Amino acid sequence: MVRYIIRRLLSFIPVLFAISLVIFMMARALPGGPFDFAGDRTIPASVVANLEQKYHLDWPVWRQYLAWVWDALRGDLGPSFYYRSLTVNDLLKQTLPTSFQLGVLSLGLALIIGIPAGTIAALKHNKAADHASSFVAIMGVSIPNIVLAPLLIYIFAVLLGWLPAARWGADYTDYALGFIPPLNRQFWEHAIMPVLVLGTALTAVIARLTRGSLLQVLREDYIRTARAKGLREKSVVGIHAMKNAIIPVITILGPLFAAIVTGTFVIEQIFGINGMGQHFIDSINNRDYPVVMGTLLVYSVILVVANLFVDIAYAWLDPRIRYE
Amino acid sequence: MAVAGTPEELDRLRTTQEVARRGRSPLADAFRQLLKNRLAVASGLFLIFVVFVSVFADDALISIFTGKEVEPLIAPYHFAEVNFRLHDQGPLTRTEEGDFYLLGVDYLGRDMLSRTIYGGRVSLSIAIVAATVSLVIGVAYGIISGYSSPRVDNLMMRFVDFLYGFPLIIFIILLQVYFKALARSGSAEGIAGFFIGIDNAFGGMFFLFIAIGLLNWLAMARIARGQTLSAKEKEYVDAAKSVGASDRRIVSKHILPNIIGPCIIYETLQIPTYIFLEAFLSFIGLGVNPPTPSWGIMISETYRGLRTFPHEVFVPAAALVLVVLAFNFLGDGLRDAFDPRLRGS
Repeated sequence: MVRYIIRRLLSFIPVLFAISLVIFMMARALPGGPFDFAGDRTIPASVVANLEQKYHLDWPVWRQYLAWVWDALRGDLGPSFYYRSLTVNDLLKQTLPTSFQLGVLSLGLALIIGIPAGTIAALKHNKAADHASSFVAIMGVSIPNIVLAPLLIYIFAVLLGWLPAARWGADYTDYALGFIPPLNRQFWEHAIMPVLVLGTALTAVIARLTRGSLLQVLREDYIRTARAKGLREKSVVGIHAMKNAIIPVITILGPLFAAIVTGTFVIEQIFGINGMGQHFIDSINNRDYPVVMGTLLVYSVILVVANLFVDIAYAWLDPRIRYE
Repeated sequence: MAVAGTPEELDRLRTTQEVARRGRSPLADAFRQLLKNRLAVASGLFLIFVVFVSVFADDALISIFTGKEVEPLIAPYHFAEVNFRLHDQGPLTRTEEGDFYLLGVDYLGRDMLSRTIYGGRVSLSIAIVAATVSLVIGVAYGIISGYSSPRVDNLMMRFVDFLYGFPLIIFIILLQVYFKALARSGSAEGIAGFFIGIDNAFGGMFFLFIAIGLLNWLAMARIARGQTLSAKEKEYVDAAKSVGASDRRIVSKHILPNIIGPCIIYETLQIPTYIFLEAFLSFIGLGVNPPTPSWGIMISETYRGLRTFPHEVFVPAAALVLVVLAFNFLGDGLRDAFDPRLRGS
């Protein structure tokens, strides 16, 4: 197992290099440059030339890439071309924790509600509780973020006035250890709606998957054996069935991480949250190359690491799955 | 068992064949099962209705034959037609000039109903084209990989695994940015110019087809390969080989028809994902080109005015949810009907 993890970790290196190289090339291939405009006005060509010289944009692309890799390896992701007073590291420090909180809370919500809901549905198969939860789940996967967010804002902020319509309840300066928010009333009031919007579809996916796989597992012979030897239903389902039923849920977590990442783009925009997703979209449109590279690198690392955790959990839960 | 036997044995054999002949085929059986699922039937009918309304939103199809200018047919107005006298009006707006807007007008004075109907074209086109592209590429790749020697199979699947490790959504976004910037620059010549021309003719959908379809075949390839691996061990493949059928014939006449069913069902279940992806890309400004209406663009243009003009957000939002809901109910019904493991449970 340890060898497998080490081997997988080593295999990240070429993947991350390939991703960064492709993204670097694609970003540079985009027509237009970072210094086309200053506000609404264009910048004189001589000034652009000076700026490009300052940021080494006049170098050949391969040399720019190598310089970027060299700096990135030492933890320096370069300056932002658009926010002239900020470096990419500053930007990430200010925005990544917020996006991280949003994603973790949503995933937590999805696991805490989705798995029990799916389990109950499977145990009450073809009864009212099953039909009700399956119906709710199918509604959940059918309502996208861009619909659910305005709907909740309209109901809870505009009509009822219970919750704030936008913003995040804490700022990066308040975070303990750089990423733990103060868990006060203000934080939760602001967090409820974005987390609910991002978490709903995830919850529904997990609930449906748990139900389906548990139903299949419950029909296996070894479950009958467990029941026949007189085990309590609680441990038959909770221990014997769950251990196998949870495997498909684990495997879907990889794609779910990708869904969370893209979900944050939309949710941060609609709720006006100063997170990383917004900067990613803006940076592409501004041709802010270092920010594009920095944010994408973070996303890639998150997704690749998430896949590794999924694979490890997978191998741990099902010893039949062997990795050479 | 001996082929010829006692008269009783022959008799029994004959009755079995008789029963087998009169028995329903698996396909008819599955279809019967599907028809029993009322929600799936209602969803199917609703989708047929949506397809009909979207196709005949204007008479573009008919005008191909008549050569006349395209006029709105079911949609009351063209999607970009602006009424300069009003904007941001709620449902059931009637003007002095006799214009009637069932679902109101948006912030530029365009009919919401017409834009929502035309928006259906985008979502359905994406659903159909992306699903077809991903199905064709995925099944072809999967069959070739599964049917080839283990060495080639291993190599081809390693490539799929490698691509799986890539954050594809980020590549779709970058690809779209690239296509958009290319299309906007308008200076491209040769092949690029040709594609940009096609893209403009489709209102910016062509590059979406490419980006979504090209990058979503990986799961399909894995499924098709798995199905192929089990199908090529079956007796009918041995039988075909023993009478000297070529590989090409075995793949196209024996394996493909046997594995295509589950693949199509899986692809149907993926359609909501494609519709969401289009809505998401359009929402962040990387989808279709304005003024082509897409439900994602309509929501992104109006959600800031939510407090004052909620109908401008909720009309396209409702359309998006209803269509995806219908695809989900239909897909679930199909899966239950065609997957014998879940049947009758």
